[in-house]
Amino acid sequence: MSELSINPGIEIRDSERELDRFRRRLAILGFFVLTLFSLLLLRFFYLQVIQHGHYSTLAEANRISILPIAPHRGIIVDRNGVMLAHNYSAYTLEITPSKVQNLDDTIDALATIVEITPRDRRRFRKLLEESKRFESLPIRTRLSDEEIARFAVHRYRFPGVDAKARLFRQYPQGEMFSHVVGHIGRINQREVEQLEKEDRLANYRGSDYIGKTGLEQSYEKFLHGTTGVEEVEVDSGGRAVRTLSRTPPVSGNNLVLNLDAKLQEVAYNAFGDRRGALVAIDPATGGILAFVSKPGFDPNLFVDGIDPQSWSELNGSPDKPLLNRASAGTYPPGSTFKPFMALAALFYGKRTPQQAISDPGYYMFGGHRFRDDKVDGHGMVDMYKSIVVSCDTYYYVLANDLGIDPIARFMALFGFGSRTGIDIAGEVTGVLPSTEWKMRRFSKPEQKKWYAGETISVGIGQGYNNYTPLQLASATATLANDGVMFRPHIVNYIEDIRTRDKTPIEPKPLRDLGLNPEHIKVIKDAMVGVNKEGTSARVFAGAPYTSAGKTGTSQVIAIKQGEKYVESRVAEQHRDHALFIAYAPADKPTIALAVIAENSGFGARAAAPVARQVLDYHLLGKLPQATEGKR
Amino acid sequence: MPFMLRRLYRFMTRHIDGILLCGIVLLMFTGLLVLLSASNGSYVRVSGQLVNMLVALGVMWLFANIPPHYLMRMALPLFVLGCGLLIGVALFGDVVNGARRWLHVGVTRIQPSELMKIALPLMLAWYFNRNEASLKLRNYAIAALILAFPAALIVRQPDLGTALLIIASGSYVIFLAGLSWRVIATLFVAGLASLPFLWSVLHDYQRQRIMTLLDPTGDPLGTGYHTIQSTIAVGSGGILGKGWMNGTQTHLDFIPERTTDFIFAVYAEEFGLLGNAVLLVLYLFLIGRAMVITANAPTLFARLLAGAITLTFFTYAFVNIGMVSGILPVVGVPLPLISYGGTSLVSICLGFGILMSINTHKKLVQT
Repeated sequence: MSELSINPGIEIRDSERELDRFRRRLAILGFFVLTLFSLLLLRFFYLQVIQHGHYSTLAEANRISILPIAPHRGIIVDRNGVMLAHNYSAYTLEITPSKVQNLDDTIDALATIVEITPRDRRRFRKLLEESKRFESLPIRTRLSDEEIARFAVHRYRFPGVDAKARLFRQYPQGEMFSHVVGHIGRINQREVEQLEKEDRLANYRGSDYIGKTGLEQSYEKFLHGTTGVEEVEVDSGGRAVRTLSRTPPVSGNNLVLNLDAKLQEVAYNAFGDRRGALVAIDPATGGILAFVSKPGFDPNLFVDGIDPQSWSELNGSPDKPLLNRASAGTYPPGSTFKPFMALAALFYGKRTPQQAISDPGYYMFGGHRFRDDKVDGHGMVDMYKSIVVSCDTYYYVLANDLGIDPIARFMALFGFGSRTGIDIAGEVTGVLPSTEWKMRRFSKPEQKKWYAGETISVGIGQGYNNYTPLQLASATATLANDGVMFRPHIVNYIEDIRTRDKTPIEPKPLRDLGLNPEHIKVIKDAMVGVNKEGTSARVFAGAPYTSAGKTGTSQVIAIKQGEKYVESRVAEQHRDHALFIAYAPADKPTIALAVIAENSGFGARAAAPVARQVLDYHLLGKLPQATEGKR
Repeated sequence: MPFMLRRLYRFMTRHIDGILLCGIVLLMFTGLLVLLSASNGSYVRVSGQLVNMLVALGVMWLFANIPPHYLMRMALPLFVLGCGLLIGVALFGDVVNGARRWLHVGVTRIQPSELMKIALPLMLAWYFNRNEASLKLRNYAIAALILAFPAALIVRQPDLGTALLIIASGSYVIFLAGLSWRVIATLFVAGLASLPFLWSVLHDYQRQRIMTLLDPTGDPLGTGYHTIQSTIAVGSGGILGKGWMNGTQTHLDFIPERTTDFIFAVYAEEFGLLGNAVLLVLYLFLIGRAMVITANAPTLFARLLAGAITLTFFTYAFVNIGMVSGILPVVGVPLPLISYGGTSLVSICLGFGILMSINTHKKLVQT
């Protein structure tokens, strides 16, 4: 401001010049405005005069509408072509809420024409809450021809209600495959946002469903297919009268699994009314042969939105049918851990196979008596015997000699405590205890410290040990395959339905553990001994093949049973879990498995017989007597 | 009594520019007509929009009565508030349709990028005005930073459309403030040269979207659908149009969002090339008057602010019409003074209120 007072003349001339420049610039922008508006006028001239005929044809004579055509979802079959998930066509009765004056009245009136159960109404209410008003929502599915005919007669009374032919997903095997195949369900808002983020939403224009769990979810991209487009001419009422052009949809790819449906059935039924899980793997490829979590649930209930009552029954059941025990349930492995512990001892050079201890029936450590199952002890025990008779004392001492961190490092090689990378979601890691793990897991300083006494029970698969049946099966398969580990996978190949091209899910060796073959042989021999002369010898008596196994019994601490106990069940739920791992044939294994039967006591009694039935069917094609002809 | 009425009349009209008001009301009236057709003759939206218009005119009157130097004082605080809110959105914003644009404030939620539309030109005009005596290249660089910061936050939301409009409004200010042609040319060449690089760092899906803009038929189910249908509506309108309430594209539900962003398709279908020309003339009339006000504004602050408001108004109209007639990408920009919706109406009229204030307060000072 001071310059202004000194020489106002210059300042004014300056600002005159500034103003001139500003006005020049403004004039340039004015020219810019005129140019762009002229551009618009040119565009209008092009569209409305030159191309007018063309667009008139499109708009007036052919009022075209672009409709999406939903593709057929790929089917899922087992290794022998047994259908696990397929589609069928049926009619649904659908209501578009925004076009209906009074929903309740409409539904009541509809109920006089076709049957509408209270369950249908509840399900419709739930769908209504989750969706937008202008989407058409099914009130009844799977209408009979007669019902369709009746509705057609009364259609004029129901604006906003339509009968539509739709493809339905069906899971013919029901609860047996509920956790592995999974199910689809109606697309919800969160999934819409996810699809939009991945720019896949346009492809779901005509789709109502999306994979929610299991393979249906993890292979969604392959199963869904590509949505087609139909240009149709509509009359003034908006009804399609003629198809102008059509880009057909491309059906989704089929999944062919490694799973053997019959084997799965044998395994599922072998559990009887017990809860539990079984995972069977082909050790040479990692292909999953059976993947059982019992009890299951009927996945068909979920396809069109489960009604709240059925949902709360499933969700509230103390048997936890919705929990995928095989890959999301964790259990202490109990004595099935011992072969791996023995292998660790050989690996670290802490034991030779011949080295024996004298077992008095307990092991004293820090003033605490760790007891063996057998009160008087097993006498002199070497490595072979320690596995065959499942001697606890041997492993108490061994665990203490090895120390927790070397144990953890070795077990990590076998995949204990980490996700296997199986091709369905929801897998958990379990717990591979180590000093570092305890540091991370606990917050109070006195809890963070690892106590030497805690190592002792880890040696027999108790303590903090907690693994999924899938991890246990994968570790067993790795042992059976002489230390070469494969990623477990359920799908064998993806098949393009048009070209019949097969895209195999390649067996993927994760790592060669590089173990000494002599060490592996010691452990394998001992596991053959278990089934021949050891804890499960009686179960495998008379088997025409040689198998290897290990029994286990674990205390119930892992799986979280609901807080509300049903009184009469409490005792049962505190019982031990029965476990069993096995592979066969012993010399060239084609199957390795892990079984857990919840709250069923000794592994030899409850879990080994399940394994026997599965091996019998897999190797001999023999169906178990007790259940034959049942299904 | 007549004396009292005359005083009231004078109080009401003292700061109102009759020419601008005339153009605004004509456009609003056109908007109501089109809206009535677009909502199939239902008066629900029309009456709602009428209320919006009255509110917007009230806001316009209010701002016309605020002298520009009060606005100048508000520039920095408003800008800082706007940036703060944008940062808040980035940290705690609600995600709607995959974008984080909304911020919860007590009981309601706001979209701070709307505030930026006025706060940014205000800030830049204030900044240039403050350094008027000695504008150097450094000042332009700082102005560019002031522009880039909120723009980057809005791009991140992501809301590319709004970001581009805000960048445009800021660029107008910088251009009008006299950025030298040599720098402009350099920036232009550098921008062109970096295009291949930008293309290479884009995600596949972003490239896909750009390709869809160039060829909407490539994605007939996605955003291409809007463009295809609105182009048909415009083209089938012909020279004279199909007549009010007679557009088939409109009344058979083919035009998506036909009361808001795509309302021009309804207008063009029913009133044809002639109607379009009239509409462009109406817009030009408003823009022309606003430019006259800009050219005669008394201070650099007022000139820059008025220029930014004028050119931004033009940009909205051009981008919207260009998008509906298929020469510009589909971005969420309403047609000013015509599209249904209160927010856009209020912010446009607020701008015109400021223009009126600039024009009338200058006269008061002079007399």
